[in-house]
Amino acid sequence: MPDLGLEVLFKGSNFIRLLGGLFTAVKISLVSIAVSIPLGILLGILMTRKNIAVRFFTKLYLEFIRIMPQLVLLFLVFFGTTRSMGWNLPGEGASMIVFVLWGTAEMGDLVRGALVSIPKHQYESSQALGFRRGQIYFYIILPQTLRRLMPLSINLITRMIKTTSLILMIGVVEVLKVGQQMIEANRMTSPNAAFGVFFVIFILYFIICWPFSAAAGKLEKKWS
Amino acid sequence: MKNFKKWTGIGLALALALTGSLAGCGNKAAVVDKENPAKGTESKEIFRTLDEIKEDGTINIGVFSDKNPFGYVDENGDYKGYDVYFADRLAEDLGVKVNYVSTEAANRIEYLQTGKVDMILANFTVTDERREEVDFASPYMNVALGVVSRNDNVVKSLDELGADDKIIVISGTTAETWLTRNYPDILLQKFDSYATAKEAFENGTGIAWANDNTEVIAFSLQNDGYTVGIPSLGSNDTIAPAVTKGNTTLLEWINEDMEKLGKEQFFRKDYEETLAGTYGDEYKDTLVVEGVQQ
Repeated sequence: MPDLGLEVLFKGSNFIRLLGGLFTAVKISLVSIAVSIPLGILLGILMTRKNIAVRFFTKLYLEFIRIMPQLVLLFLVFFGTTRSMGWNLPGEGASMIVFVLWGTAEMGDLVRGALVSIPKHQYESSQALGFRRGQIYFYIILPQTLRRLMPLSINLITRMIKTTSLILMIGVVEVLKVGQQMIEANRMTSPNAAFGVFFVIFILYFIICWPFSAAAGKLEKKWS
Repeated sequence: MKNFKKWTGIGLALALALTGSLAGCGNKAAVVDKENPAKGTESKEIFRTLDEIKEDGTINIGVFSDKNPFGYVDENGDYKGYDVYFADRLAEDLGVKVNYVSTEAANRIEYLQTGKVDMILANFTVTDERREEVDFASPYMNVALGVVSRNDNVVKSLDELGADDKIIVISGTTAETWLTRNYPDILLQKFDSYATAKEAFENGTGIAWANDNTEVIAFSLQNDGYTVGIPSLGSNDTIAPAVTKGNTTLLEWINEDMEKLGKEQFFRKDYEETLAGTYGDEYKDTLVVEGVQQ
């Protein structure tokens, strides 16, 4: 077995620290996901409206968030709000704001796409059958939309979890940063620690992301 | 139709409220003077003065958390290293607790300019460009280039190189720029990463390897058969604490305290405690700067 420097993980409280970093990353991403999904659904519904002003502002918001790299958004919210408005946001709070803004924008576009992909005759037939507007959405459109949304939103969710690796740039010590700290602190005694530590981090990310994919797969099967 | 409008309205209000409350959660330390908007945001300083830090009882210091042996976190989660040893002492002399903030090379200036830390002690090299952005205190370490070569053919001066002798450098480093500018005739063998340069050098490529002197010294001590023939070369930059531009009370206090520390040879002790393990005792005078006024 090649030397992976795994002993580094078991020095002192290193493993606990790594899990602590993972907890920080998961906390930020899960809170953001939980807030983004309902907001994204609302945004998606708004985006299908005919009103020009509504369309313009939702499109502007979406494009702004989509064009900006997440790192720039993090710097804007963390440092930019201090410069322009004097807010002193904590790093974790700033991360959550950015992730919610980003998640809402992308989720909104996914929902919009799913909604417009439902054929018009679905609306018309339900109207003909005497459903009210709310009922049409709740009983006819939403169930079909959800099925189309599932794989797309799982993509977004896992991407949000993995993108937490950027928040170390605004001083939040998450799992990747703890890993780098451990590798560097031991670079004389365990020069190969990078392999072992990054491998373990890979497994940790997998453990967090995989249940989402698995649950989505189950649901898709159930609904098909 | 009516129903639907009502619901989207409620949803929108909810969304606004949520972003509002999220954005507001860190609002306590706001520095904007709302009572007196005529003064604007510029007049109220973004940084904390010496008295404000003392009153608060905690100083925020930005350090590296992954640059062993200058600033790193040990296996118990405690900050350690040459910079941190100094930061601990500064806080002790000031009579306050330290809150360490993990910074990256790319965001050190931003942290100071937004007042999110009071001081940066993260292996911060003094340059003219940076002087425009932040205020530096007295230096506490030297950085220069170094050249390491094999024991059987030690390069002691760049002028004694033969016409065919190649020197290894890593692309994009200070060593590359400095050698290209000052010794355009020397043949350079360029590598993209530390690992490839190291492997090539160990396998006999090049007569010597030029890099930051701390790096080549550490290399020669960890690997048998190599000597640092030129331990200090180039522009001889220094490393110093930095504070937000204009924070004179804190800056002057740091300089006074460093003068006192210089008299008791504090940084030599710091070197022995934190750097000697990596660089050995013999480079103490090359690396440490003590009692020099900015």
